[in-house]
Amino acid sequence: MSSVQTLPRPSWLHTAVGRKVVMALTGLFLMSFLVVHLAGNLLLLRNDGGAAFNAYAEFMSTNPFIRVLEILLFAGFVLHIYQGLYFIWREKKSRPIGYARNAAHANTTLFARSMRISALVILLFLVVHLRHFFVEHRFLGSSLTMYDSCKLAFENPYYTLFYVASSVLLAFHLAHGFYSSFQTLGLVMNHRIERLVKVAGAAFAFLVPLGFAVIPLYFWIRTF
Amino acid sequence: MRFTLRIWRQKNAQDPGRFETYEVDGISPNTSFLEMLDVLNERLIKEGKEPVAFDHDCREGICGSCGLFINGRAHGPLPNITTCRLYMRHFRDGETITIEPFRAKPFPVIRDLVVDRSALDRIIQAGGYISVNAGSAPDANAIPIPKPVADRAFDYATCIGCGACVAACKNASAMLFTAAKVAHLALLPQGQPERRQRVQKMVAQMDLEGFGHCSNTGACAVECPAKIPLTAIAQLQRDFIWAHFTPDPYAR
Amino acid sequence: MSFTENWGKSCGTTVGLPATPKGSRRPLQQVRELRERFWREVRVPGTGAEFNQNLEKALRVADFLELGELMIVDAYHREESCGCHLREEYQTPEGEALRRDEEYAYVAAWEWAGENEPPILHKEPLQFEFVKPTVRSYK
Ligand code: SF4
Ligand code: FES
Repeated sequence: MSSVQTLPRPSWLHTAVGRKVVMALTGLFLMSFLVVHLAGNLLLLRNDGGAAFNAYAEFMSTNPFIRVLEILLFAGFVLHIYQGLYFIWREKKSRPIGYARNAAHANTTLFARSMRISALVILLFLVVHLRHFFVEHRFLGSSLTMYDSCKLAFENPYYTLFYVASSVLLAFHLAHGFYSSFQTLGLVMNHRIERLVKVAGAAFAFLVPLGFAVIPLYFWIRTF
Repeated sequence: MRFTLRIWRQKNAQDPGRFETYEVDGISPNTSFLEMLDVLNERLIKEGKEPVAFDHDCREGICGSCGLFINGRAHGPLPNITTCRLYMRHFRDGETITIEPFRAKPFPVIRDLVVDRSALDRIIQAGGYISVNAGSAPDANAIPIPKPVADRAFDYATCIGCGACVAACKNASAMLFTAAKVAHLALLPQGQPERRQRVQKMVAQMDLEGFGHCSNTGACAVECPAKIPLTAIAQLQRDFIWAHFTPDPYAR
Repeated sequence: MSFTENWGKSCGTTVGLPATPKGSRRPLQQVRELRERFWREVRVPGTGAEFNQNLEKALRVADFLELGELMIVDAYHREESCGCHLREEYQTPEGEALRRDEEYAYVAAWEWAGENEPPILHKEPLQFEFVKPTVRSYK
């Protein structure tokens, strides 16, 4: 019997499993970012005329450590999106002829099926969001404080609606993404853990986007 | 019962193929899906037409050959079942039933509803085995294995290689199939010597065959007639990550 | 498909258990006719150039017809009763199978000698070293 030989390793990142892991790791990283971002944003709800929030915004844009993280964050986004695009391409390649009749709703969740649409909306949101706040303040030197900038934006009902809608789709994305990340890392070892992760995922997917949606709604409601 | 059947007809791999519609009548609700097709074929032969080619063998849910995509689902409208164990009472009288072959790049259509699933065999050949010297069978209790472990390994071992997981997956991924074998052998002492290499080889072969990536939608586990759970995939992921990120203790 | 029905009739009524007395060659004749008719009338949908499940089935039927004929030939040749092979003229006064081990303690291996040629008999003797065959008794 020949001994076990080692196959030339396919470049790790190029296996289906490796790519999944990149997707999961960047996903988890982005989720942790969401938490931090939300925690900061909730300062907007403090009735102090934006003092706390402005201080926080100032800190975030000047602290060197945060600046490094910022670059990592961008890299995370880029990788996550890149893998996503690759998967779309690969899906077409793996099934060139599709089904005439497909009842995917019978064996998958709405969230899992809508990953692509939710991703697209989130991406669109990101562009608008970054343009409005990040680019405006960091590069174009807006004369407003961050707090005033937010207030101004969210007093516009359309803007608020867009933010709330994006939050809903973010919830969709997280509803599958949270569980999926843990599964991909091989952590969902038995049905007990599976239940746990799914419950935690549902809570996460509900609470975090809710937090994000509450802020624009708060500013908008105050206009009445 | 009466049914309108929309069946995929394709002469050979080169033929682009098309749907054709047939009517069947007088079908007993207790007819199995395959028997219903037999009735149709019998009639087609008598009418001098070409009968519909479809794969079948054991007709009792153990061989995995009867892969059909029925009304948008692998093995039809019930979860965790093979086509041969599907009965016409599970359909509405007068219903239009769409029957397609399993679709995936690595599953080329041979004829009508018959596809070539040998890509799955090649994944097993790549690493889904243990190497032992043949000889007299060892004593059954020579290697003690805890009951829960043996049970779990057995659950994973029940995959019948039907390919429904691939057919149902939106990515045409063979992950559940591959993971079932990886997880089965990973749990048993006999599987340990080749464990690191096995998962790498099998994943490499899976990619080579052109199966898609897994995005954890879980469609496979819903359709799998052997009820292979998604924890098998978690086990594969774990083993794969482990094999790549930890040094091989036995490497020279 | 109607061949299966005809075939069943021939077997069940004529060579079935117990076999017809020595001398009647009717079943053999019938099977030969059936085989001949099969090859004359069989219509297999599709072609041999493509995957063809009906061709596969037709070939199986052809095989079974051939094998069936051979079994009848063998049954006539074996002038004894033995196990499931029961010839009415070879039975004990009590109606049990009458074996003739002195003459038939061999396996008959038949060689194909060509279409319409009688097959050639090769005898593979049965040798028992430790356990000798005895006549079965249900009493
Ligand atoms: S894992 Fe399930 S669905 Fe996939 S081939 Fe095995 S038995 Fe079929
Ligand atoms: S025919 Fe064997 S599993 Fe269905």
